[in-house]
Amino acid sequence: MTGDIVFWVLAALAVAAGVAVFSVNSMARATYALAISFVAVGLTLLLFDLQFLGVITVLMMVMEMAIMAIYMIMFMGMNPALMPMSMKHGKGAAMTIAVGTFLVLAAGALFVPWPARRGTPAPDLTVALGEAIMESKMLVMMTVSPVLFATIVAALVLAAPSGRYDRLGDDLRRRSAPARQPEGADR
Amino acid sequence: MTVVDVVQVSAAWAPLGAALLLVMAAAAAALDGAVAARAEGRPWQQGLGTPWAETARLLRQRRRTTVAADRLLWRIAVAGLLVTALLKVLVIPLGGWTLADLSVGLVWFNAMDVVVWALVWLAGWGPNSAHSLVGGYRFLGQALSYELPLMFALTAPAVAAASLRPADIVAAQSELWFVVWMPVAFGVFVAAVLGFSFWGPLGTPAGTDIAGGVLAETSGIDRWLVLAGRWALLTAGAAFGVTLFLGGGAGPLLPGWLWVLAKTGLLLAALVLLRRRVPALRPDRIAATAWLVVLPLVLLQVLVVSVVVLGRG
Repeated sequence: MTGDIVFWVLAALAVAAGVAVFSVNSMARATYALAISFVAVGLTLLLFDLQFLGVITVLMMVMEMAIMAIYMIMFMGMNPALMPMSMKHGKGAAMTIAVGTFLVLAAGALFVPWPARRGTPAPDLTVALGEAIMESKMLVMMTVSPVLFATIVAALVLAAPSGRYDRLGDDLRRRSAPARQPEGADR
Repeated sequence: MTVVDVVQVSAAWAPLGAALLLVMAAAAAALDGAVAARAEGRPWQQGLGTPWAETARLLRQRRRTTVAADRLLWRIAVAGLLVTALLKVLVIPLGGWTLADLSVGLVWFNAMDVVVWALVWLAGWGPNSAHSLVGGYRFLGQALSYELPLMFALTAPAVAAASLRPADIVAAQSELWFVVWMPVAFGVFVAAVLGFSFWGPLGTPAGTDIAGGVLAETSGIDRWLVLAGRWALLTAGAAFGVTLFLGGGAGPLLPGWLWVLAKTGLLLAALVLLRRRVPALRPDRIAATAWLVVLPLVLLQVLVVSVVVLGRG
């Protein structure tokens, strides 16, 4: 009973915060509305007794949103991000994709017959998760993390105005140039 | 030494936990006031009343408003710091009792100190003021430096105790406190406590060079909440340090809960006294050291702990 109430409250909060992401007019509010939505989803995981996954979702999402707010504002150019602005762009296409995705997922949830449970949950789900990651899924993890990391670094190198332009000036064809400001631990 | 089994007490005890946290935070602020008074050449006794005088002053002060402030986010940030500190102490075992016996209490503490990221940046964003915003950005810059070393410093006791539950981590120290064989992890943890409390050497997000940074536009009860939240975060950090590294309630003669409070008080006092001996550290300058020196060191610490744990079988 308590579980049901908590689930519905969290579900409503997640959806309402998700709506708020697009209806507010400030970058900061949109970002942290999204954070609230994710936190509600993370807390929902606690209802499955997935304590580790639930708490770690809250941790990662709050951290991610805090950083994302900075990147959004930083890369917005001319900094309209500090002013009130609409969070909606390309409304037609976005609405089509969103409604289409929702219909497909909802149809899947309603019409696909749910499988019966096979096996039983491990006594300690955190241990089971750790073993899965470090044993059978180790290769996936070891492949995915460098790819993800390389993507982030590459995107930053390409996008950051204080990166290559700072170093090379306007002439990006040069292979290398000293940093204009000292870098590293020995500043 | 016998290991005390930790029981989860009813939620009705939560106000007592909150009161204990606030009393210790006030004591730390009083000690800081006394040290400040002595540094100014006044008798130190005069400084003991600083937190109370400041509270009385701020509670009577009118709230300052700024143009086009984001009030909602600002208020959330201002009130949130104290709440976050309270949520942190939930999982700390006080001798044989704890308010929330979470199997992942360690991760919970870590999640709460990430919430501080959001709150401090929002406290900087809210008032629509340049100095505040600079303070908010400084905090995130500094957070990027301390958070990763902190996460690995938290990993060390968890690996040694083979558990993320604070009560198990305390129990695993019944023979030898973790601080003895994990000094690097302890040092990093203490530095990170200063970091997430944005206080002392890591207090530049609220530095005087930017007119108080995230504190610049706060006044009245808002300012009180941020300052109290900061002291409470420092206290919660010290209490968790006692749980992870200083044996929790372990000690002779006195009951466990008293030992937890006494050790927390000592660690807190050490942090307060440290403040005037260490210069302010600029977030942009500590980043390279944190990632190139501290992070490898703390990873080595985790490696040593893992090897010892494997060796013990």
